[in-house]
Amino acid sequence: MQLTQPLIWLLLFGQLFKNVAQLPGFGGASYIDYLAPGVLVMNTLFSNGWSGTAYIVDMERGVLDRFLVAPARRSSFLIGQLAYWAVLTIIQSIILIGIALLVGARFAGGAVSLLALIAGAVLLGLSMASFSNALALRLRQQETVIAANVMLVLPLCFLSSTFLPTTLMPEWIQTVARYNPVNWAVEIGRQTLDAGVDWGIVLSRLGWLAALAALLGWLAVRSFRAYQRSV
Amino acid sequence: MLGHLEVNPIMTPRSAPAAIEAQGLEKTYGASVRALDGVSFTVPRGTIFGLLGPNGAGKSTTVKILTTLSRPDAGSASVAGVNVLKHPSEVRRVIGCVAQKNGVDLEASARENLALQGRLYGMHGTDTRRRVDELLARFELSRDADRPARTFSGGMLRKLGVALGLVHRPAVLFLDEPTTGLDPVARSDVWAEIRRLAREDGVSVLLTTHYLDEADHFVDRLAIIDAGRVVTEGTPDHLKSELRGDAIHVALDAESSLDAGRQALSRLNGRLRDLSIEGTTLHARVDDGPSAVPNVLALLDGAGARVRTVTVSRPSLDDVYLKHTGRTFGAAARSSCNPRTSPRAICERCGASRCTW
Repeated sequence: MQLTQPLIWLLLFGQLFKNVAQLPGFGGASYIDYLAPGVLVMNTLFSNGWSGTAYIVDMERGVLDRFLVAPARRSSFLIGQLAYWAVLTIIQSIILIGIALLVGARFAGGAVSLLALIAGAVLLGLSMASFSNALALRLRQQETVIAANVMLVLPLCFLSSTFLPTTLMPEWIQTVARYNPVNWAVEIGRQTLDAGVDWGIVLSRLGWLAALAALLGWLAVRSFRAYQRSV
Repeated sequence: MLGHLEVNPIMTPRSAPAAIEAQGLEKTYGASVRALDGVSFTVPRGTIFGLLGPNGAGKSTTVKILTTLSRPDAGSASVAGVNVLKHPSEVRRVIGCVAQKNGVDLEASARENLALQGRLYGMHGTDTRRRVDELLARFELSRDADRPARTFSGGMLRKLGVALGLVHRPAVLFLDEPTTGLDPVARSDVWAEIRRLAREDGVSVLLTTHYLDEADHFVDRLAIIDAGRVVTEGTPDHLKSELRGDAIHVALDAESSLDAGRQALSRLNGRLRDLSIEGTTLHARVDDGPSAVPNVLALLDGAGARVRTVTVSRPSLDDVYLKHTGRTFGAAARSSCNPRTSPRAICERCGASRCTW
C-alpha cells in the first residue's frame, strides 16, 4: 500500500518525461535510470514524514503516558520508533530498486553504491521522522503534521536534482539545491548510475546527512522533554 | 478509662509504610493555573482510597505527580515507602496506572497490548504469556483477545485498560476516573474487579471519581478535594456522621425573597446549622429534621416565601461537600463544565445527564 505513491511517480513521470533525457545535461542516460534514485529519496521523505502522527494518536489515547509511567528507559521510546522507520525505509528502498530494475533502470555503480544510497535514504528519513516527531510533540495537532509533510516534501524535491539535473536549473535553484538535504541524498543516488562512482561525493553527502539526522534527533529529544514537562 | 480507645485505621506497623503519602503537593501550570495548592493525604495499605472532587479540582494532577508523570513545584510524596521525587524509576516498578484515557493501542489486539506492556516492565516470554492469559480470563476478554481493540465496546476497553495496569502485579494501583462514561452494567463489573483486587490480592488502590454514589458505596476512605486542596478526609460514614442533625433542603418559588427565607429560618434558633443558599434553594441541617418541617414551613410562610419542595434526609456526601466547600457537588460540577468542550446530552465532564450545558 505504502508503495503505491512512488510507483505512480516512477511509472507516470518515467513516461511523461521520457524525452527530457535527450536534452543535453543528462549525459545520455535513460530518464527512468535518472528518476529511480530520486523517487526512492522522495518516497523516504513522504513515508518518514508520517512519523509524528503516531505520537499524536498515542498522546490522544493516553498510550504515551502509559509508556511514561513504565520503568522502561525514556530514550528507548524515541530510538525504538526511529528504528522502526529505518527498517521500513530499508525494505521500501529494496523493493523500489527491484521495481526500477524491472522497468529497465540500470545501476552501473554497483551494489556498494546502492547500499550507500540506502544508507543516505535512511539518514534522510531519520531526519524527516525526527522533525515530524518534534513538530508533533510541540504542536499536538494531526493536521499540522500532515500539512508540514506535504508542504515540505514537494518543494524540497523540486528544489533538488530529483527530476532534473542541476545544470538545467535556474541559477538560484542551483544555489538552493546545494544546501538542500534532499539533494544530498539524490546526489548519492546519481552516483549509482555511473560505473565511475565518485566516492568523495558519496561519503561527504553521507556525512552531512548524518550530521543533520543528529541535529534533528536532538531537537526531537528536546521536544520529548518539553512534552514530559507539560503533562 | 479505656472507653475512648479506638483502632485507628491509619495506624500501620512501622515496618510497613503507607501505600501512599502525599505532603503539601503544589503545582502551577503556566503562569497562573494553580492546579494543586498544598494537597496532603495518606492511603493506608490494602485500602481502596477515593479522591472525590469536581473536574478541575486537582485529582488528575495529583495522580500524575504520584505516578511520576509530572513533578510538583513543592511538597513531597512517597508510594509504597519509596520517595516519588528522588526515586521515580523505583516507584514505576511498584505501581500500576490506569489513566482516564485507557492508553490502549486500538490497532493492536488485547493480547498484543498486554504482551507489550509486560515487555515494558521487563517481564520475560513465558511469564508474560501466562500472566496475559490469566488477565484475559479474569477480565472476560479471552474470547476477544485477538481482535483489534478498536472493535471493543467502551466497557471492554476499560477492562483492558485496567488489565494493562496489572500486568506486572503492582502493589499500588492508580485509577483515574475508572468508571466515567460507562453504562451501569460495565460500571458494576469494573467495581467488582477493583474490590476483588483490594480484598483478595491485597492491592492498595487510589482512584479518583466525580460520582458521589461511588465514593459513598465503594471506597474505604476518601479525601474530598476542591480547588487544589484536600478539604476533608475520612471514611464515608465518618465524614457523614460528623455532620450533626438531618439535612434539609428547601426549594423556594422564584419570586420569593431568599433573604426573607433565610431570616425566617434563622429564627429556628439553636436547631439550625450551616445555612446556605444556592440558586433558589436553601440548604441547612436541623436536629430531628422530620419534626422540624412543620415549623420550617410555618416560618417561611410567615415571611411570605412560597415553598416548592422540602427534602429531609440523613446527611449525604453531598452535604459533607457542601459543608466544606460552601456549594453542592452538582453546582461545582456544572460550574466546571465548559459548553464548548462538552456540548452533549450526557455531559462528558460532569457525567450528569441533566447538566444544563
